[in-house]
Amino acid sequence: MSEFFWPVIIGSFIAFALKFAGFLVPKSILEHDLFKKIIPILPIGMLSGLIAVQVLADKQNIVFDGRIIGVAVGIVALLFRAPFIVVVILAAAVTAIGRANGLWI
Amino acid sequence: MQPDRQPISSRRKILRDAIGIGLGTATYGLSFGALGIATGLTLIETQLLSLIMFTGASQFALVGTLAAGGGALSAVSAASLLGVRNLAYAVRNNTLLKPHGIQRLLGAQLTIDESTAMGLGHEKGIDGQAGGRYAFWATGISVFIFWNIATFLGAVAISQVGDPKSLGLDAAIAAGFIALLWPQITNKFTMLVAVTSAAVAIIAISIVQPGLPILLAGFVAAVMAWIKAMKNHE
Repeated sequence: MSEFFWPVIIGSFIAFALKFAGFLVPKSILEHDLFKKIIPILPIGMLSGLIAVQVLADKQNIVFDGRIIGVAVGIVALLFRAPFIVVVILAAAVTAIGRANGLWI
Repeated sequence: MQPDRQPISSRRKILRDAIGIGLGTATYGLSFGALGIATGLTLIETQLLSLIMFTGASQFALVGTLAAGGGALSAVSAASLLGVRNLAYAVRNNTLLKPHGIQRLLGAQLTIDESTAMGLGHEKGIDGQAGGRYAFWATGISVFIFWNIATFLGAVAISQVGDPKSLGLDAAIAAGFIALLWPQITNKFTMLVAVTSAAVAIIAISIVQPGLPILLAGFVAAVMAWIKAMKNHE
């Protein structure tokens, strides 16, 4: 058991509860206008925030390091419609090779 | 009701597609397994996410947020918000499957992007709703099996490696999330939401506790969506 045990268990429970609720809840409630307009936008905000933190944060400091280079290459790959696995591997490879050669940290 | 004209050949094709989709998700599964271990989860915790949470984007968000030092609250919120779409899928799948008893639990657990899309896609096929149900179950079971095997293999493989940063895994995770976000940016408004939320998170990094920047970004997105909904009402 790691320090992350509870988020794993609670997150898993909520994920299943959401799925199961869909089999129980009447359709009309979920078709409320505000619900339909806000819920799809929320993950876009949280994912964008998460990406910003993943690329730039080191605890509470902003750090520019090899992550930016790898991510930039990943974005170029996305612009060329590369599949997920190619984007991820390219980002990792560029960052790792630069680190191994002392180009960036 | 349409008669089952060529149910066998049609089902064979559905099954082939279902296995193909399962194999496709396995590539994500490998990276998820690796990410879980690199973040500091145990093998069992990583596997539990693939077994019980079983919805890729949420799993990545949970572990990715924990890895970024975001804390439990942000991690669970991010994962749960991404899981909300499964609620809408489940409503739809309920009308397709009309499940009873244990089928309802299994149907809920296997409700994900892939199984829902396949079920809805084949509902209009020559098999009608029966074909849709078959496609749902075949895809759900296939993805469940391949996803979990891949998670295990990825987790075991990364355990053999020393520092995940030397492999560029931190950049890979961020790039992976950009790839997940990419198809959701469909117009000017979603682009504006993404840029604004990211900017708020960046400003917040050095000001507030780790984890809060991600929640703030979500809050900003919700406010923007709310303002837009209000404007459209006028």
